[in-house]
Amino acid sequence: MINGSILKSKILNISLICAFFLAFGAFTAKASEPEKKAEKFDAGKTAMEHITDKHEWHFLGEKVVVPLPIILYTDKGLEFFSSEKFNPEGNIYKGKYYNYSLEHDKVKVVDAEGKVDEAATKKVWDFSITQNVAGMWLSGLVLLFVFLSASAAYKKRAGKAPKGLQSFVEPVILFIRDDVALPNIGVKYERFMPLLLTVFFFILINNFFGMIPFFPGGYNLTGNIAVTFTLAFIIFLVINLNGNKYYWKHIFSPNPWWLFPIMIPVEIVGIFSKPIALMIRLFANMLAGHIVIISLISLIFIFNTIWIAPVSVGFALFIDVIEVLVVFLQAYVFTILSALFIGMAVQEHHDEAHQEVI
Amino acid sequence: MDLVSPNPGLIFWTAITFLILLFILKKYAWKPILKAVNDRENSIESALLRAEAVREEMSRLTSENESLLKQARAERDTILAEATKVKNQIIADAKEAAQKEGARQLEIARIEINNQKAIAMADVKNQVAALSLDIAEKVLRKQFEDQKKQDELVRDLLKDVKLS
Repeated sequence: MINGSILKSKILNISLICAFFLAFGAFTAKASEPEKKAEKFDAGKTAMEHITDKHEWHFLGEKVVVPLPIILYTDKGLEFFSSEKFNPEGNIYKGKYYNYSLEHDKVKVVDAEGKVDEAATKKVWDFSITQNVAGMWLSGLVLLFVFLSASAAYKKRAGKAPKGLQSFVEPVILFIRDDVALPNIGVKYERFMPLLLTVFFFILINNFFGMIPFFPGGYNLTGNIAVTFTLAFIIFLVINLNGNKYYWKHIFSPNPWWLFPIMIPVEIVGIFSKPIALMIRLFANMLAGHIVIISLISLIFIFNTIWIAPVSVGFALFIDVIEVLVVFLQAYVFTILSALFIGMAVQEHHDEAHQEVI
Repeated sequence: MDLVSPNPGLIFWTAITFLILLFILKKYAWKPILKAVNDRENSIESALLRAEAVREEMSRLTSENESLLKQARAERDTILAEATKVKNQIIADAKEAAQKEGARQLEIARIEINNQKAIAMADVKNQVAALSLDIAEKVLRKQFEDQKKQDELVRDLLKDVKLS
């Protein structure tokens, strides 16, 4: 049918884009290969390097690297310098208060000979603008640009049909409103719409940028536990600060009374397990996608032959297409579960809330 | 273990970034957009309701018009019928009146004619009488010019008279 062919051509387009990115990623990875020729290729190490945060922005693999500011909060005061100071690898930078060196992309306090001083390192808090932070700011700017211009368009074309950017964002916003917020939260949904929309689009755009192997992507923000922890913690606060008497009654006075000793601890665990589930789900899903793709690409270097590349790229392409789905799905799942948990906390009727959990 | 130990720096920046983003987007994007969408939905709904009401009003007006038209037609028919009746009545009345008047006129004319005839007859009679007398006088005068004739006549007359 016509629909089927359109769908197919769309899938083909997406696949082509992904294939392009992948080929590019593979190429850049290959370009950096000769330096490490001497040591045996370690796929695990490569994967870890790709998914962990860095103090420099890898615009194009390891070829084009932009240094980022390092901000350290030490027991003696703030340190502020560029990550360039750590180049070449293993270089020791003499700061105002300590000597620093970068070890596995972690800032360590070292003495003059380069020996790591773990006790002093514990006192140093790393508030650097890392690749993740810089990427997050870039994605934030993109979000601001998209939605502020959409908002301006709404003001300019008040009462008219959406057009251009508006018609791009409106279905998604309406989807969040009508299919996520309204059925899960109920009549009080309007208060939580800004939070849900921001969470959804923040996760979505960062998931997407994470899928791009070079600038403006190349970072792994939503697959970082610190980020998912922060988002989940915000949701945790919103749930519990908005919890009404039915919510707390449900937790602290189970029915019948003799279940008190079992149910109260269970319910208290439940308070925390909800946001923790949110945190781990998003983190693990995004991280797994990144690891699978980098592992498939690593096959080329494990076998050390170009002939395995078609297989690698084919499989990686397959996973990448699935990841495009996962990108949407995880943003959606995080948002709908947040809405569900908020809805359970603000719903007026105890029984209904209970039914929705089942 | 690195993977699952959150980095406080990243938590800090994420929290700050997310909250700023939430604040700005809430104030300048979500609220206006949701408001605009709501307004538009409401206006569309009210427009639809209004259209429905107008349609009902239209159908009501149409049926009213139709009934008015029917009524008007019926009225026209009755008026026409009445007018025809009145016309016929008038014609009949006029005919009757004309007939009566004609009859009256005829009667008068007849009476007049009779009168005139009577007068004329009387006149003619008089004239005939006068003429006859005249003629008779003239004849008599002629006849009785000589004595002999007079005597003859007297004789004749006397002959006729029989003395009883």
